[in-house]
Amino acid sequence: MSDAIQVENVVKRFGAVTALDGVNLSVPAGTVMGLLGPNGAGKTTTVRVLTTLLEPDSGRATVHGLDVVRDAPALRRRIGVSGQYAAVDEYLTAFENLELVGRLYRLGRRRARARATELLEQFGLEDAATRVVKGFSGGMRRRLDLAGALVARPEVLFLDEPTTGLDPRSRIAMWEAISELVASGSTLLLTTQYLEEADRLADRIAVVDHGRVIAEGTADELKDQVGGERIELTLERADQLSLARTTLGGVAHGEISVSAEQRRIVVPVSTGSHALMRGLRDLDEAGVPVIDVVLRRPTLDDVFLALTERQQDDTDPGVLEHAGRGAEIAT
Amino acid sequence: MTTLTAALGDGAVITRRNVIKIKRVPDLLIIGMLSPIMFVLLFAYVFGSAVVLPGGGDYREFLMAGIFTQTVVLSTTITGVGLAEDMQKGIIDRFRTLPISRSAVLVGRTTSDLVNNLLVVATMSLAGLVVGWRVNTSVGEALLGFALLLAFAYAVSWIMAVVGLAVRSPEVVNNASFVVVFALTFVANTFVPSEGLPGPLRVFAQWNPVSAVTEAVRQLFGNNPPGYVAPDVWPLQNPIAASLGWIVVILLVFVPLSVQQYQKATSR
Repeated sequence: MSDAIQVENVVKRFGAVTALDGVNLSVPAGTVMGLLGPNGAGKTTTVRVLTTLLEPDSGRATVHGLDVVRDAPALRRRIGVSGQYAAVDEYLTAFENLELVGRLYRLGRRRARARATELLEQFGLEDAATRVVKGFSGGMRRRLDLAGALVARPEVLFLDEPTTGLDPRSRIAMWEAISELVASGSTLLLTTQYLEEADRLADRIAVVDHGRVIAEGTADELKDQVGGERIELTLERADQLSLARTTLGGVAHGEISVSAEQRRIVVPVSTGSHALMRGLRDLDEAGVPVIDVVLRRPTLDDVFLALTERQQDDTDPGVLEHAGRGAEIAT
Repeated sequence: MTTLTAALGDGAVITRRNVIKIKRVPDLLIIGMLSPIMFVLLFAYVFGSAVVLPGGGDYREFLMAGIFTQTVVLSTTITGVGLAEDMQKGIIDRFRTLPISRSAVLVGRTTSDLVNNLLVVATMSLAGLVVGWRVNTSVGEALLGFALLLAFAYAVSWIMAVVGLAVRSPEVVNNASFVVVFALTFVANTFVPSEGLPGPLRVFAQWNPVSAVTEAVRQLFGNNPPGYVAPDVWPLQNPIAASLGWIVVILLVFVPLSVQQYQKATSR
């Protein structure tokens, strides 16, 4: 499969701040790549480079083989972009907003209008078509903005934090809309701070921090990187913690950690539910009452925290300081 | 499609978008028109009762060309404010990811602001007629006067575009341009004859593009006092040529400059 998006060693500085510090990324055509990272990690800057809004200082980025600098006009014809803030015109109606975008893609009046009607229907906005956007909720604005990105049926779509700031209901509606797009086979680059979002929508995830891609893979691959399953138990009595620890030694696969304050024990395991049942049986036989127990696989949150922490340990204080300032500027 | 027709076509689409906003938020237009009406009344009745033109003549007639010029220049602030707003809301970003001509957004902005100014000039003319202002020349000359006013305002819009794209905050654009516009439009022959000003101010006033335009409009409307002789400096002796010259120079400098700035403009 050919790559729809390729980013090679892209560097972008704003004054003394290095926003992108050699980003490498490739996204195969027809797949969804989730760019995951904290605020100021360089996600938005990466999207802005790929959508021709910013020129990289060095390195190369292409979309369908078109260079973001040299071939910018041709590239713009093939992409759709929906930003962090819904860039819709408040004083126009939903229909007029989409018609405007269609006209600017030079679809002609008739086709621009037909496409606007079609998209309003697809995004459940047909009832709001003739209403001025000023009165729209955040979720409606985002959906309209996403619809605007789809007007010209782009081959590659960029969504920059499409659900940031939305309430849970609107977020789910937005996810559904995005899932449908994905099912129709478009290539999508999605940035997000929400691990759940990346987990749910993306085929592959690139974790970005301090202007670099620090890990890449499927959600499962990334989870495996930070280790396997664990059992988390809360005991009734704090004075039984050391007894419990000894008892659970038989099922542990690695070092058991104990938190006395919370009366909690975390046991890394390798055999999932089998280990869970055996552990509970052992504790029962030893007379240790348990008030809460859970078998957990690592979440992307764990992955994310583990990866970004590791990155911090590796980084010298000077660079960290820069990255910190980068965060202020980029967010 | 050639670059020019593409720019004009895209520009027309964006002009339409901006004009819809004038329609949807009429308050903006109404407030924009209140201040020129207020100026006409203020100067006609407050200052007009005290100002005596050297050599006599009707101050209200003399005044109108000055108010016209000041108001159209002041109205161009919306070009800068509009662009700064669009930038803040990420709309410029969206436009910049579309395959449109590089100058389309600016052509659309300045054109819709020209439409706005046309409405402003019409309102002011009515207000002027009410307080006794009259055009004392031919229809042709009067139309030429209005055309010159609007052309000058259009050129100044491109200066404001550069300001708006550079400053990026609508409030700051408003305040910054207010200071500049007031200096330019008061240190001129707009409200008093320039001959009476002290040395350096007089030189500035007589070479000020606002003065050339005001002088030209005053001549074209026939609003100079009887026996009036223009000051002996080239721009005021040849105000129409000077005005056209200024318009061309401003456009030649600020159109390329603002297009260049637009291409680099990002909201964050």
